[in-house]
Amino acid sequence: MRLNELTIAQAARGLKRKELSSVELTQTVFEQIKKRDLKVKAFLSLDEKGALSSAKEIDEKRAHEDILGGLAGIPVAIKDNILVRGLKCSAASKILENYVAPYDATVISKLKEAGAVIIGKTNMDEFAMGSSTENSAFFATKNPYDLQRVPGGSSGGSAAAVAANETIYALGSDTGGSIRQPASFCGVVGLKPTYGAVSRFGLMAMASSLDQIGPITKTVGDCQTVFDAINGKDKLDSTSVDLKKEIRNTKFEIKNLRIGMPKEYFAQGLDEHVDKLVKEAIKKLENLGARVKEINLPYSEYALACYYIIMPSEVSANLARYDGIKYGYSEFDKAGDLMEVYLGSRHHGFGAEPRRRIMLGTYTLSAGYYDAYYLKAQKVRTLIEQDFEKAFKEVDVIMTPVSPTPAFKFGEKIDDPLKMYLSDIYTVSINLAGVPALSMPCGRVDGLPVGLQIVGPQMGEPLIFGTALALEQNS
Amino acid sequence: MIDVKHIAKLARFGLTEKEEEKFKKELSAILDFVAKLNEIDTKNIEPTAQVTGTINVFGNDETNLICEDKQIKEDILKNAPAKEGRYFKVKRVLE
Repeated sequence: MRLNELTIAQAARGLKRKELSSVELTQTVFEQIKKRDLKVKAFLSLDEKGALSSAKEIDEKRAHEDILGGLAGIPVAIKDNILVRGLKCSAASKILENYVAPYDATVISKLKEAGAVIIGKTNMDEFAMGSSTENSAFFATKNPYDLQRVPGGSSGGSAAAVAANETIYALGSDTGGSIRQPASFCGVVGLKPTYGAVSRFGLMAMASSLDQIGPITKTVGDCQTVFDAINGKDKLDSTSVDLKKEIRNTKFEIKNLRIGMPKEYFAQGLDEHVDKLVKEAIKKLENLGARVKEINLPYSEYALACYYIIMPSEVSANLARYDGIKYGYSEFDKAGDLMEVYLGSRHHGFGAEPRRRIMLGTYTLSAGYYDAYYLKAQKVRTLIEQDFEKAFKEVDVIMTPVSPTPAFKFGEKIDDPLKMYLSDIYTVSINLAGVPALSMPCGRVDGLPVGLQIVGPQMGEPLIFGTALALEQNS
Repeated sequence: MIDVKHIAKLARFGLTEKEEEKFKKELSAILDFVAKLNEIDTKNIEPTAQVTGTINVFGNDETNLICEDKQIKEDILKNAPAKEGRYFKVKRVLE
């Protein structure tokens, strides 16, 4: 096994026993990138010099003291909408093409403190809007399992980099499925944490009431290690919360586990092979002693419509900051007056999908339409959240597919926004309800990975990890 | 019918005629899709803005490290498309 193929747990063990150094590990990762990324195109920018220098620093520290954490000296790739001080951060948009982050996001400060080695920034759909990376202003990332197919999105670069062993793990962000769907398409593990569990400070805001940063890893155990390192209340993000201690310490036992299967998620539109693999995974847990129960989430069918009002509304407010004045692409020199700076910079700086969503959100928030669209959607959101609350009185976790099909081909959905939006049909309700969910591989269809989604109640990450570990160990 | 020109102006986007037609078509399709929500009676339902239940989180009246860091201030200004000294440069706002 080559070093770049190691999991976090394996690499940490090797580093601790001094069987390998962080510099060697980091070098091997960059060798793989040079070889493989010409085809996969997972990275927007690399920081080989910075990475090797932090690796060296960690190796020297380790020579003197033994007490280094489980992430020390291990390479990580960061989605390009998360700020890393001194590195370019474009969100795959022309409007931020030359933007250099002036400070670290809280998750980055935490990773750096843990000794992580940041190797570069990964490709994504522009401003995290999309399900395929085809909306990147620069290039599309390819699925390492089949280069004719998309890696999913919007964290497609992060998922592809992990799957192609071009990094040991990565961070992504998830507003409506952007960690889980690419994780499922690329056969890796991805977690969308409870809303507020991970600080959003330094994450470029897309839809603030839905956005969460989360890990993309090779194994469930690695996912837990990274989540443990990045979660927690942060005074720089007033929506962040601490996971409750009593929940954190609950002992997990598979024979006490009650699994809910929502009828609405195994209905028309779901690929039959995906359906079969997801049900087989649930069966495995049943054989291990868990109880499986069919449940109802009756408002599921409204989740996508609800999401496509709330998300664009928040997008239109958040992306107002890209005005050609503070940073990024600007037509200041061409423009005659202030309005022309705005109109020109935003017209030519944003790609098609951000413009579509900003327009839509501006409309749904505009005078005379606010009540009919935005307020209506917020009320439906209450009903969707209550669906989950009720369900979690009867079951501990809910299991569903991540996406209705495995990875699709380039060009298949890009010309029809609504068709593209449907790839998020099983993931958006989770963000609306603010609950955590993990995507993990549960088999393949014609060589393409399929993901299982494990959903927990708010703050239910320990339950999700317990369940996922049990399944992973028995696969 | 959605007035795309007006919305583009509110959103501060320039717009070509071709784009106007395209947006009209695409936005109408999405709005038709989300109209599905009207099937639900939401008369006595409270709206949800976000889900953690936290209300009015106040901070102490103090600057954080980021505001105090001189280098960060400089780096923020480095990203400005137009500047003069320590200031962002904008076109005249008041006539």
